[in-house]
Amino acid sequence: MMMWEALREGLDEEMEKDPTVCLMGEDVGHYGGSYKVSYGLYKKYGDMRLLDTPICENGFMGMGVGAAMTGLRPIVEGMNMGFLLLAFNQISNNCGMLHYTSGGQFKVPMVIRGPGGVGRQLGAEHSQRLESYFQSIPGVQLVACSTVANSKALLKSAIRSDNPIIFFEHVLLYNVKGEVHPGDYCQCLERAEMVREGTDVSIFCYSRMRYVVMQAVAELEKQGYNPEVIDLISLKPFDMETISKSIKKTRKAIIVEECMKTGGIGASLSAVIHESLFNELDHEVLRLSSQDVPTSYAYELEAATIVQPEKVVEAVHKVCGTRVAA
Amino acid sequence: MDFPGGSVPFTPTLTFVGGTFSPRAPLPCYRTIDAAGHAVGEADVPHVLGQDTAVRMYQTMVKLQTVDTIFYEAQRQGRFSFYMTSSGEEATAIGSAAALTNDDVVFSQYREQGVILYRGFSVQDMAHQCFGNMHEQGRGRQMPIHYGSKALNFHTISSTLATQLPHAVGAAYALRLDKKQACSVAYFGEGAASEGDFHAAMNFAATLGAPVVFICRNNGWAISTPATDQYRGDGIAGRGPGYGMAALRVDGGDARAVFNATAEARRIAIEEHVPVLVEAMSYRSGHHSTSDDSSRYRAAEEMRQWRARDPVTRFQRWLIDQGWWDDAQDTAARQEARREVIQALETAQKAPKPPLSAMFSDVYAEMPWHLARQQAEVFAHVTAHPDACPADIPVK
Repeated sequence: MMMWEALREGLDEEMEKDPTVCLMGEDVGHYGGSYKVSYGLYKKYGDMRLLDTPICENGFMGMGVGAAMTGLRPIVEGMNMGFLLLAFNQISNNCGMLHYTSGGQFKVPMVIRGPGGVGRQLGAEHSQRLESYFQSIPGVQLVACSTVANSKALLKSAIRSDNPIIFFEHVLLYNVKGEVHPGDYCQCLERAEMVREGTDVSIFCYSRMRYVVMQAVAELEKQGYNPEVIDLISLKPFDMETISKSIKKTRKAIIVEECMKTGGIGASLSAVIHESLFNELDHEVLRLSSQDVPTSYAYELEAATIVQPEKVVEAVHKVCGTRVAA
Repeated sequence: MDFPGGSVPFTPTLTFVGGTFSPRAPLPCYRTIDAAGHAVGEADVPHVLGQDTAVRMYQTMVKLQTVDTIFYEAQRQGRFSFYMTSSGEEATAIGSAAALTNDDVVFSQYREQGVILYRGFSVQDMAHQCFGNMHEQGRGRQMPIHYGSKALNFHTISSTLATQLPHAVGAAYALRLDKKQACSVAYFGEGAASEGDFHAAMNFAATLGAPVVFICRNNGWAISTPATDQYRGDGIAGRGPGYGMAALRVDGGDARAVFNATAEARRIAIEEHVPVLVEAMSYRSGHHSTSDDSSRYRAAEEMRQWRARDPVTRFQRWLIDQGWWDDAQDTAARQEARREVIQALETAQKAPKPPLSAMFSDVYAEMPWHLARQQAEVFAHVTAHPDACPADIPVK
């Protein structure tokens, strides 16, 4: 099964189970979504629950907030996460705030999802990483899926959560193949995932960078290293239990992310790690992030903007030292 | 010719319509009671305003005027930080509120306290909210006048202009999915109607068939910006047809006309699953807020003339004409309202504030670790420095 199918399956299961679940956005109904996540579902649930909206991100985001406060569980799809910059006002001032400012009277059980990240030559405006922009907003939770299995399981949990969840998918991962968990499996939204247990260094990553890191790990294993790889999953709040357990074991941390160096998820995580695990570290936390530039269209420039496996290998060499193969 | 964008007739003439050189005639303004408070003979009144409702409306207006006057003065005395009056717009808020049911979901901007008052929010509730004490629904988190009550189906006010308009569309969508015989109602001013969210909400509501009643309070002023600097078209009602939405302009100072306009708009919205736009023309008699002094940008004469057209006095005159009210009742009502408001302020001022611990709850459904940690740091700080926390704020 491909990730888009897994997401679709999760969506279908939750819509079937709970009549208050609905999806709204551009081209999500008859067209089935730009990445097919709602493909064909309108035939089963009708035009109202798979709602095609006119083009106005702040408009349908606000509509989602209003519907959520009136008893529905809306999923709002941004055709590209980058377009949700237009929805920032509704996400920050209302979605994140109204549960608090209403004294808990009104809740906003929304899922805001869509494809983000750097694709293949989509140009700067279609290559945004919004997790860094959204992370400061009080009241929203940030989750990034990365595999077929966790995409379905996390989406199910996100839909059932009473908090507003911003759910990050990646443009290049929709066709990744894998197996879903059987049955009604819902994955915890606040837990990081252990990808590879190890002892030498803790590598924290999320979304597509998980695959970049594992590519580097294949090379590192040959060189005799034993890295531990953890997929953050929960970008806000961080799973400090898993993170600190790993760092206490390895005493070295590298963060690999796709967002920009400045103000990225890695910037927050690095600060938290230094503050709470300073004496457990043998080396400062290394952050591998994208360059602080708009993403170029040209293939080589685009590749140079984001983190490549060689950079991860180099970073491990830096914190662990050179290794003589066993 | 049937273009995908519309089925349109062809014409050989090159004529632009609707601009400064060929403006359309302004939409007329529906009115049933004249400026002096006497019924307009041939007015349409499809929704008859009975004695009970009319008297309840007027009593609420009296209460509202008293609250507005005394709360404004309380802010000037430093008793709480901020207030906004709705002077000149009492009929718009209360006339429309009286035409709704409690199942109708209300989203307001900030100058519609008459609506929540009519629905059953007490003067005491308002005072608690303005003082941000432990009794108020919002748990002391919002600034004064940002009322909200789930029980009364009145959504907590958010300061951002016009963001409530798409919310109303979403709520109407939810009502439609639930097949409820109710609509959502969105209040906003003519200034807020310049925001992008107004356009979004109008277009969405019309295109998606959402039963929303959009009620614009065109009170002529957006802080110091007169309506002539806000738009060039035919007010806000004139925009409705552009979205494929039915629109009505009404005299916002005529409570009976507003009542009828709203009742009819509601009926259309619910029966036909379409949005409707009502533009209530009125005048903001007071300042924008306690942070404003409108004499800096408005002529005293203009303000005096509009005060003479006070909507409450007009409605009172009409009530008296019906034989449903008299001066003795009026005096008694005003005295009672004054007593109630003053007492409410005193009670609210004396009540304790919410505890410091309330600062961290309700950000999420359950408190995550990073907030628990921040809360612990705050508690530790006030334990070490008791003076850091004001005496009237409990810690837990």
